[in-house]
Amino acid sequence: MKREVSINAAMALALLAVPIIALQMGQTFTITLATRIAILALAATGLNLALGLGGLVSFGHAAFFGIGGYAAGILSAHALSGEPMIFGFEGSQAMLTIWLVAAVIAGLVGLGIGAVSLRTSGVYFIMITLAFAQMIFYFAISWPAYGGEDGLSIAVRNKFPGLNTMRPMEFFLVAYGLLMLTLGLFGLIRSSRFGAALQAVRQNDVRVASIGIKPFPIRLTAFVLSAMITALAGALYADLNRFVSPSMFSWHMSGELIVLIILGGTGRLFGPLAGAALYVILEFVLGGITERWQFFLGLILLAVVLFARGGVMGLLAGKARHG
Amino acid sequence: MTFALALEQLLNGVQLGFMLFLMAAGLTLVFGVMGLINLAHGSLYMVGAFACAAVAAATGSFWLGLAASLAFAAGAGALMEVTVIRRLYSRDHLEQVLATYALILIFSEGTRWLFGSFPLYLDIPPLLQGAVSLPGGAQYPLYRLAIIATGAAVAMGLYLLISRTRLGMRIRAGESDREMIAALGVDIRTLYTLVFALGAALAGLAGAMVGAIQSVQVGMGEPVLILAFVVIIIGGIGSIKGAFVGALTVGVVDTMGRFLLPQLLTFFVSPADAKPMGAAIASMLIYLVMAFILAVKPRGLFPAQA
Amino acid sequence: MAETAVLEINGLEKSFGALKATDGVSLTLRPGEIHALIGPNGAGKSTLIHQICGTLRQDKGSIHLSGRDVSALSVAERARLGLGRTFQISSLAGEFSALRNVMLAVQARQGSSFRFFKPVMKDASLVDAAMERLGRVGLADRAHVPAAELSHGEKRQLEIAIALALDVRAFLLDEPMAGMGPEGSKTLTRFLDGLRQEAPILLVEHDMDAVYALADRISVLVYGRIIATGTVDEIRNDPTVRTAYLGDHA
Repeated sequence: MKREVSINAAMALALLAVPIIALQMGQTFTITLATRIAILALAATGLNLALGLGGLVSFGHAAFFGIGGYAAGILSAHALSGEPMIFGFEGSQAMLTIWLVAAVIAGLVGLGIGAVSLRTSGVYFIMITLAFAQMIFYFAISWPAYGGEDGLSIAVRNKFPGLNTMRPMEFFLVAYGLLMLTLGLFGLIRSSRFGAALQAVRQNDVRVASIGIKPFPIRLTAFVLSAMITALAGALYADLNRFVSPSMFSWHMSGELIVLIILGGTGRLFGPLAGAALYVILEFVLGGITERWQFFLGLILLAVVLFARGGVMGLLAGKARHG
Repeated sequence: MTFALALEQLLNGVQLGFMLFLMAAGLTLVFGVMGLINLAHGSLYMVGAFACAAVAAATGSFWLGLAASLAFAAGAGALMEVTVIRRLYSRDHLEQVLATYALILIFSEGTRWLFGSFPLYLDIPPLLQGAVSLPGGAQYPLYRLAIIATGAAVAMGLYLLISRTRLGMRIRAGESDREMIAALGVDIRTLYTLVFALGAALAGLAGAMVGAIQSVQVGMGEPVLILAFVVIIIGGIGSIKGAFVGALTVGVVDTMGRFLLPQLLTFFVSPADAKPMGAAIASMLIYLVMAFILAVKPRGLFPAQA
Repeated sequence: MAETAVLEINGLEKSFGALKATDGVSLTLRPGEIHALIGPNGAGKSTLIHQICGTLRQDKGSIHLSGRDVSALSVAERARLGLGRTFQISSLAGEFSALRNVMLAVQARQGSSFRFFKPVMKDASLVDAAMERLGRVGLADRAHVPAAELSHGEKRQLEIAIALALDVRAFLLDEPMAGMGPEGSKTLTRFLDGLRQEAPILLVEHDMDAVYALADRISVLVYGRIIATGTVDEIRNDPTVRTAYLGDHA
């Protein structure tokens, strides 16, 4: 337990130190990589709440990631064009407003998807969440108002009070700050009464019901919270690329988020960060060596699933323990 | 909207349905017998299409290509089962999802490696070119009718296989009681490999047949895989009958939705708006049908015994 | 019968196809008593338990808990009204320590699982209450061991600590003696003897020594019907019971 805490601290520091050093050396690209790691880790932390703590294998979290992305894209497009949206709302370029909208919409959609999907379990749940995300993907492709298949560009990165987000380092700090804040929140939730109930529901839902805690509302709440966090990451991701497209909704994205968690270590606080760092670095290193890096990524992933259960955090910090 | 056009669309829906059935049958069989969720089933569909296109291009014969698609898909399936899938039966669904997701990456990128990024094209064999006159005066492509006929034949064949043969008996026994079948002295490992290869061959067959009406390219299996998931969710995972009913439902609802909804909406909004709006809603229709069916029957229309 | 029954089952029926698994079962659990339910395998004991705790819905009949009709309530709702069931094998949360298992029960009893920020381990109202229950069942020194790693007997003790934490009105103990060695059975028998002061116990048990030692009343279930209810002596000397069930023992 002690060891995991120090490894977590080391990772948090490393993620901050690398871009600072890169900035000194003028390596902007490295800062972008670190930002990508932070954002993907944030998205996966959202999923980790449902999947890691609650055992809910959602194969549809790209839906929420994409909703966050489109919230950023659509709101800033309206703010720039001056064309009002519904209720006369003029859009916004303020990240904080965008995040709020992204989280609320993703929460509502998560409530709908969760309410249907959580009636089932196991393999049904996996497939149904996948199907719902795919439904939104197809909707995004065929709805022409916001670019349809081609996606939507974000001319200027959205704004954060007191920072110039067009500077890579300052944008990194926004992503990093939000990640750390969310990890703190995740840690609190995990050790709270809600977290205890959620983890118990994963271990034995029938027994938890038998002591008077209903599994369904616990799971649904976790699913909604999880969707909201992943949407925040989606909004940041859109700002990072200054572009949103239906590919944010694609099932590869959902798969990638699950991969990050498993690579890092399911249910571990810093698992998503470890997984995201490993994934982005692998992508960068393998991608530098061969165009066919996905082939080798597949092999590595297969090896991890078949032979290295527990992921990076499992290797570094040993088996997870619960007080 | 004419009767002829509607009939044509309906037949397209049925054709899509039979094609989906070929995909879904393998998925649902593998889940029913081995309890495994296989995301890489779409890769086997792709393997079938590529094998057919490559062999047809080399030999000039679609039929040799079709035979190759069955052989390659079944072979790839058997290889997949023996090397990877076999290790996953005792694992939880999350690990199955992840490992088969990794297989997709390997298969997709491997295929791109072998064949490049450009799509291949596969011609309809001369025997099946041309069209048939439908009542109402429309012409309908013979090839699509052939897909329907093949799908129907496979459905019948599967029904006979499962209800009338020793292999089918073992499959049914395997579904209900794995230990019993092992105790009976049936080599369960071989049975599993056979079942998996059978499902793979059906997926390969579907890929090859569709390859002649669409382009053959990497990633072609994925949209179909997800539709096949919707099919087996609706039908009830593990049930062949459910896969059949689900496949036809999805095929017809999807095709007719895309055809009818834009026209229906012209009664409510301007024609310029009706088209995109209709298309957007139609693209979501089968998922809404799925959600509705699940709300009423959470384990699908024909739930297999728990 | 001056006192009202804590648990009252009336005319319960449940069929699976042509098979009547529960065929008009009525029984009561009075305050302070241990009421044993015995019967051969396949008599329908587990179907009956499932209906009492709510995992199966009866076709006919009613179940009252402290005078309230719970026939249509869910498992969780019945548990919250004070029905404490222990399980044969599965533990509540195997990865959690024994302490956290009991804390979860205390939390369930307090009815407040939607609290997101306060760490449970710093919540004295949970930790103290849980430790007290663990102490009562003799598991205090094993509080921090993961439930999955406890011995067979210790898991039983933990189950009872969880039920105690729920402040139940009626215990439903499903074969607590199963898989216990002779020493363990004796200790557990002594413990259950005292437990009836907390709340009456409906005891489903195969171990006849334990049943004879503990039960105030015994009901015999055969083919989904209760063929006799009475004191230990009455049941021992009941000719129908002897032929139907106890024949080879007596």
